[in-house]
Amino acid sequence: MTTGMIPQTRLVEVRQNVLKQNDIVARELRQRFHEAGVCVVSLVSSPGSGKTAFLEKTLTLMRPDYHVAALVGDLATENDAARLARSRAPVRQITTGTLCHLEAAMVRTALVGWELDQLDFLFIENVGNLVCPASYDVGEDLRVVLLSVTEGEDKPLKYPTIFNTSDLAVLTKMDLASAVEFDVAAAHSNIQQVRPGMPVLRVSSKSGAGMDEWLQLLASARKSRIERA
Amino acid sequence: MHELSIAMSIVEMAEEESGQRGGARVCAVHLKLGALAGVVKAALLSSYEMASQGTVLQGSRLVVEELPVVAHCPKCLAPRTLDSPQWLICPECKSPASEIVQGRELQVFALELQE
Repeated sequence: MTTGMIPQTRLVEVRQNVLKQNDIVARELRQRFHEAGVCVVSLVSSPGSGKTAFLEKTLTLMRPDYHVAALVGDLATENDAARLARSRAPVRQITTGTLCHLEAAMVRTALVGWELDQLDFLFIENVGNLVCPASYDVGEDLRVVLLSVTEGEDKPLKYPTIFNTSDLAVLTKMDLASAVEFDVAAAHSNIQQVRPGMPVLRVSSKSGAGMDEWLQLLASARKSRIERA
Repeated sequence: MHELSIAMSIVEMAEEESGQRGGARVCAVHLKLGALAGVVKAALLSSYEMASQGTVLQGSRLVVEELPVVAHCPKCLAPRTLDSPQWLICPECKSPASEIVQGRELQVFALELQE
């Protein structure tokens, strides 16, 4: 460049995914999970939609038949891990500080010392947030999005990305549905609008309604995973 | 709100690329942003300004190209640009179209370097 001339710029092609570091770690995790034969299920939802209650019930019901464990993410406190530990399954809390989502590297760190090949299922409860967790792969086989009846039927339309990146939707707190006049058909159609073909389950962690179907679905997810391997 | 950590990743990536090219000054970073990437453009732009402070990227522009959702329509057997990320339906034949071809991008695709 000669002094006095207008600086010239040139365009250099890069083509790099911004989240490639996370994607690389997630791929490594997925590979490890496959080799160990553990089926990994992540749960995402807004805060207070019943992820922990649902997971506690799930762990308790599964423990007689399967080796199950859970990781649970929150900004602060170990309250959720303490609640989940009542199921007597191995549980570890990941506290993210100010971070609003789990990243693959946090999952990798939290797993240190666990023998994955001793497990049939590993559950990862993400931080309660319907926005940020959508962008971060944590190596799961199945991403399950929860929507509680107290939240309103239009959540899928307000947060299309998280519903769109999930494999299964679970309507929780169904025991409260009539009290809050929850329109199940509307919720169903909103989910189908943002994620056509996604299966939708209805459960109540309190009464246990719908848990059988959920457990059957997990068993078949694990079976098809073993067959694929 | 994860835009700040995403902006920091973009800055890091651009610094690295600039380093590989002899520390060339970066005037602009071009980013492709899909409508289903879960990232808000306005928040990303203001985060970028913060994240680039005190780095070789300071004062550079972040040029965001927003990409609509394109899904493969199982009935038309063709890719279709959807009207909204909230409605995964073929705009031509109204069939549900869940196979996404474009719309999840969060990719730095070019840098403008000063010669």
